[in-house]
Amino acid sequence: MKHLPLVIRSIAAWAVTLLLFFPLFWLFLTAFKTELQAISVPPQLIFAPTLENFTEVQERSDYLLYAKNSFITSVLSTLLGLLIAAPAAYSMAFFRTRKTRDLLMWMLSTKMMPAVGALVPVYVMAQSSGLLDTLTGLTIVFTMSNLPIMVWMLYSYFKDIPPDILEAARMDGAGIWNEFRYVILPLGMGGMASTGLLCLVLSWNEAFWSLNLSAAKAGTLAALIASYSSPEGLFWAKLSAASLLAIAPIIVFGWFSQKQLVQGLTFGAVK
Amino acid sequence: MKRFLPRVLFAPAVISLFLWMIVPLVMTIYFSFVRYNLMQPGDKEWLGLANYHFFVTDPDFGPAISNTLLLLGSVIVLTVVLGVLLALLVNEPFPGRGIVRVLLISPFFVMPTVNALLWKHMMMNPIYGVLAQVWMFFGLHPVDWLTDFPLGSVITMVAWQWLPFACLIFITSLQSMDRDQLEAAGMDGANAFQKFWYLYLPHLARPMAVVIMIEMIFLMSVFAEIFTTTGGGPGNESTNIAFLIFKQALMNFDVGVASAGALFAVVLANIAAVFLIRMIGKNLD
Repeated sequence: MKHLPLVIRSIAAWAVTLLLFFPLFWLFLTAFKTELQAISVPPQLIFAPTLENFTEVQERSDYLLYAKNSFITSVLSTLLGLLIAAPAAYSMAFFRTRKTRDLLMWMLSTKMMPAVGALVPVYVMAQSSGLLDTLTGLTIVFTMSNLPIMVWMLYSYFKDIPPDILEAARMDGAGIWNEFRYVILPLGMGGMASTGLLCLVLSWNEAFWSLNLSAAKAGTLAALIASYSSPEGLFWAKLSAASLLAIAPIIVFGWFSQKQLVQGLTFGAVK
Repeated sequence: MKRFLPRVLFAPAVISLFLWMIVPLVMTIYFSFVRYNLMQPGDKEWLGLANYHFFVTDPDFGPAISNTLLLLGSVIVLTVVLGVLLALLVNEPFPGRGIVRVLLISPFFVMPTVNALLWKHMMMNPIYGVLAQVWMFFGLHPVDWLTDFPLGSVITMVAWQWLPFACLIFITSLQSMDRDQLEAAGMDGANAFQKFWYLYLPHLARPMAVVIMIEMIFLMSVFAEIFTTTGGGPGNESTNIAFLIFKQALMNFDVGVASAGALFAVVLANIAAVFLIRMIGKNLD
């Protein structure tokens, strides 16, 4: 598309981008409006911003508790996931057998099963083990639902580490632990970071399990926002404020790590 | 040692995933053969295939399957086609390209419930929504999107979320295009369309496979967007398989029928998985 004049190209690119970004921009604006301004016809672009919605969201539904829950469950499930997935991916990448591929595909296929199919059994199990509406329960569920993706991602990173380096390390008498500590970890750090970042985003945004397995105690932000969908009235400004508070942390986080994230999601198939 | 160690290392992942899959599956299979209604506690009477019969003959069943496939297919086509076009548009340098990239990826990080409510209220509300205002500005009659085009609305929301993802992957891939080859093609008098068809498109085949695979994994069971906006309605117009199962289990309280439905979904997912492995998995080794 080089032949298009720079001006036309820039304008087109910016126009499309702003169009796609507009809903978020509008959410941001509405969060600082009063309820009346939020539904005014025609919509107001210039207004005196208010912080009232944010304080009300905190008072009405204890935003901070939900934010804390989201933070704890996503960080813990990411760490736990890495702890389980990294050795598995390492073993698959460096001790490859004929069954490795099948194993990976099987793992991925578990991710494709609709979570709703497992809802009642998981609910019953969570209830009988006392894990319903607890952070532990959610953390375990998030970890399990991200695990296939994590193993796959890490595998695609690890298998790009040249086996010669490992061979050399073994020749020099490095044991399995030293090999992991001094070769795999430094070389695979980028992959671990990408995988962890993606897992963090997925867990933070996870809505199905948190909607169905958590309530007032362990509810995450995704579940909190859904509670604003009740048709009791038009509280758009408050809804926007709550939404903004729920997505801002992860969006800003995503902006800083987007290169790594996208790279990771390509499973090493796109260079 | 050589054979023992690798197994020890992947054992935790394989065992936990196996349990995560097999225990619910066995329970679901059991539930699907008995009468299990949350509103009528008591003995779980053996029903044989009655639950299956009920689920399949449910008038919502056919539409739910076609809605699931329509949703999946539309989002994949939309995100791949628009994603490629957009990626080509922002591939060459222009002022503010860095900011454009950051703004473009943003919708991907929005949680499904926020995405759904944002579109449902602030964009698609037939009176106060932005789209209605734009329609009125042009003297048109505002459309009640969620009522008149429920599935289309859900597709819009999901595609809005996944387009940035597809686009960013295509951008990443375009960065590694062979410049010399492009220049040579230009010298030989290839026009824009020929360059696109013979150089860009083949180069993008792999990332396209990746995008299709990942979207299939995540979009087979779209739930939150439907749950928070249309509730599957009006009627069954935006009910997909995932939501239909949810409806049976938690709105009709019939776990038996829901379990039978869940097993259908599992079969569907496995067909898709086999398809993926055949068509696309090869690309990724």
